[in-house]
Amino acid sequence: MSEEIYLMKGNEAIAHAAIRIGVDGYFGYPITPQSEIIETLMAEAPWTTTGMVVMQAESETASINMVYGGAGCGKMVMTSSSSTGMSLMQEGVSFLAGGNLPCLLINVMRGGPGLGTIQPSQSDYFQTVKGGGHGDYKMITLAPASVQEMADFVDLGFELAFKYSTPATILADGVIGQMMEKVKLPEFRRRRTEKEIREQCPWATLGKPADRKPNVITTLQLDSAVMEKCNLDLQAKYKEIEANEIRYQEIDCEDIDYLIVAFGSAARISQKAIELARAEGIKVGVLRPITLWPFPTKIIKEYASKVKGILTVEMNAGQMVEDVRLSVNGQVPVEHFGRLGGIIPTPNEVVVALKEKMGC
Amino acid sequence: MSTSIIDPKNLVYAKPVLMNETQMHYCPGCSHGVVHKLVAEVIDEMGLKEITIGIAPVGCAVFAYDYLDIDWQEAAHGRAPALATAVKRLNPDKMVFTYQGDGDLAAIGTAETIHAANRGENIAIIFINNGIYGMTGGQMAPTTLMNMKTSTTPNGRDTHENGYPLKITDLLAQLPGVCLATRHSVHTAGAVKKAKRMIAKAFQNSLDGKGTSIVEIVSTCSAGWKMSPAGANDWMVENMFPVYPMGDIKNI
Repeated sequence: MSEEIYLMKGNEAIAHAAIRIGVDGYFGYPITPQSEIIETLMAEAPWTTTGMVVMQAESETASINMVYGGAGCGKMVMTSSSSTGMSLMQEGVSFLAGGNLPCLLINVMRGGPGLGTIQPSQSDYFQTVKGGGHGDYKMITLAPASVQEMADFVDLGFELAFKYSTPATILADGVIGQMMEKVKLPEFRRRRTEKEIREQCPWATLGKPADRKPNVITTLQLDSAVMEKCNLDLQAKYKEIEANEIRYQEIDCEDIDYLIVAFGSAARISQKAIELARAEGIKVGVLRPITLWPFPTKIIKEYASKVKGILTVEMNAGQMVEDVRLSVNGQVPVEHFGRLGGIIPTPNEVVVALKEKMGC
Repeated sequence: MSTSIIDPKNLVYAKPVLMNETQMHYCPGCSHGVVHKLVAEVIDEMGLKEITIGIAPVGCAVFAYDYLDIDWQEAAHGRAPALATAVKRLNPDKMVFTYQGDGDLAAIGTAETIHAANRGENIAIIFINNGIYGMTGGQMAPTTLMNMKTSTTPNGRDTHENGYPLKITDLLAQLPGVCLATRHSVHTAGAVKKAKRMIAKAFQNSLDGKGTSIVEIVSTCSAGWKMSPAGANDWMVENMFPVYPMGDIKNI
C-alpha cells in the first residue's frame, strides 16, 4: 500500500491527527493564528465517524474548564488557542496540573503583551514552561518545528499526559501553525471504550459502581500537612519526568566551536543560518530542544565544555536563554538574539548576530 | 418480642443511603444540609447512583463531595456548568448535575451558566440562593437584597453603587434551551417536599434530553445574616420571598 502524504498547514495537521488517534473531545474558542484547528475539526465532523465531540465554547475560560471536566472522566480531551487566549486559560491550567489530569493544550503563539499582534512569536516560553497559572507546577512542553511534528506531537502529547497524569502543551508559533508542508498522518486508532478508560484511569469520574469508593477530582486540601503532601507528590512526578522525558535534536554539532540553541521555527531558521555560517568557515551547530520542559540541561552543559560560546535564537526578548545560562552555569558566554512583535528573523540576521555576539 | 425501640415496622424515615458518615461543616440552620439530603434521596430513588456525576462549586458547598457517595468533580469558581457540559457531552448516558451558590453561579460564573443553559445542555443545576457569600465571611452577592448589610456593604446594598438583586433564574427562564426554571425553599416540611419533587423533575428532564433545568432554592445563611436559625427562616420568608417568589417560572 502506498504511503499517504498530505500537504497541509500545521494547524490542520493537528486536527486530523486528533481525529485519527481517537481523541474523545476538543473544546475551543476561535483566535488567530490557530482557528484552522477548530474549523478543520468542524468540517471533518468526527462525531459522525469516531464519535469525537467538538465544541466551540463561549470563551477560553469555558473551553479549558470543559477540558477539565472531560479529563476528569479519563477522556482524551484537548483545547487550542493562541497567547492571549492561553492567558485567559491559566486558572484552569493550574487546576488541571493540581488535579493530576491528563490533557493536551496547544498554544500557537502570537506576539504580545496584550492583544499584541496576530503575527508569529515565541514569547510565551515563560508562561508555558515556568507555570503561567498559580501554584508550584510544571508543564510538559513540546516544541514542534515542522508540520510533521505538529501531527506527531498530538499523539506524543497525549501519551506523556496519560503516562504521568498531567497536562501537556504543544507550544508552536504562528509560523508552524500556518505554514504548509508535507505530512504523514498517524494511523487511525479507535477511541477507548468506557471499560478501557475505567481500567486505564481508575480515578476517572464515570459514575460510581457498587464495588468502589466515590472518585473525586479536587485540588482543594485545607489541611496544610495534606496539601504539602500533594505538592511533594507533584514534585516527585516532575522529577521523574525530568529524568525520563527530555527530547532534543542536534543538527551538525560535530566539531563545533559555537552552538546555537533554538526551538520551533527559530530552529528552522537557525538551521539555514548555520549553513551560511559554515560556508564562511564558522563551525557552528544547532541544538533544538524538543521538550522545553523538561529542558535538555545536561546536553547543553556538555556542550559548554566543548564550545567557545552559545547563542540562543528566539522570537522573543530573551526567555529560553535564561534556562541555557542556568544549564551552562557561567562556563561559556551565552547570548541571545531575537526579533519581537511578530517579526521573523532571517538566516542572515542570525549569522550577523552570531558574529557580533560571539566574536567569531 | 423485639427489644429494640426501632422496630422496622415503625421506621418512617432514615438517612439517605448515599449520605455517608462524614460530619457536615455547615452552620446550624443552613439550608445546604437539607438540599444535600434531597439530592441524595432523588439520586437513590431514581436509581441513578451508578451513573451520576456531581459538579461541586466554590463556596460553602465546595465540600459537597465529602457527603454524598457518588463520583464528583470540584470545579474552579463559577466554572461548574462548563465542566458539566463536557462531562455530559462526552458521556451522554450519565446523569450530570451542578450544585452552585449565588456567587458561583450568578457572579463569577454568569457566562458559563448562561451559555450552558443557552445551549440547552442536558444537565440539572441546583442553585442555592442565600443572598450572601457564606464561605468567605458574609460579603455581598449578586442576589443580596437592596439595603441588606453585608461585610462589603456595611451600610446596606446601595443600588447606585452595587446594582440590583440579580434574578438569574428569571433570566435563564427566557432562554429556549431551558426547560425548567423553578424557585423553592426548604424552610417547612411542605416546602421540602415541593423542592424534592422539582429536583427529581430536573433530573428526569436531563435523562429525557429536554434541555437545561435550574432549581433555585432560596436559602438561609444564619451565620452570614447574623441571625438564629429560626430567626433566619422568618427573615427569609419576610424579606427574600417577596424579591424571589416561590414557584415555577418555566416548566415545559
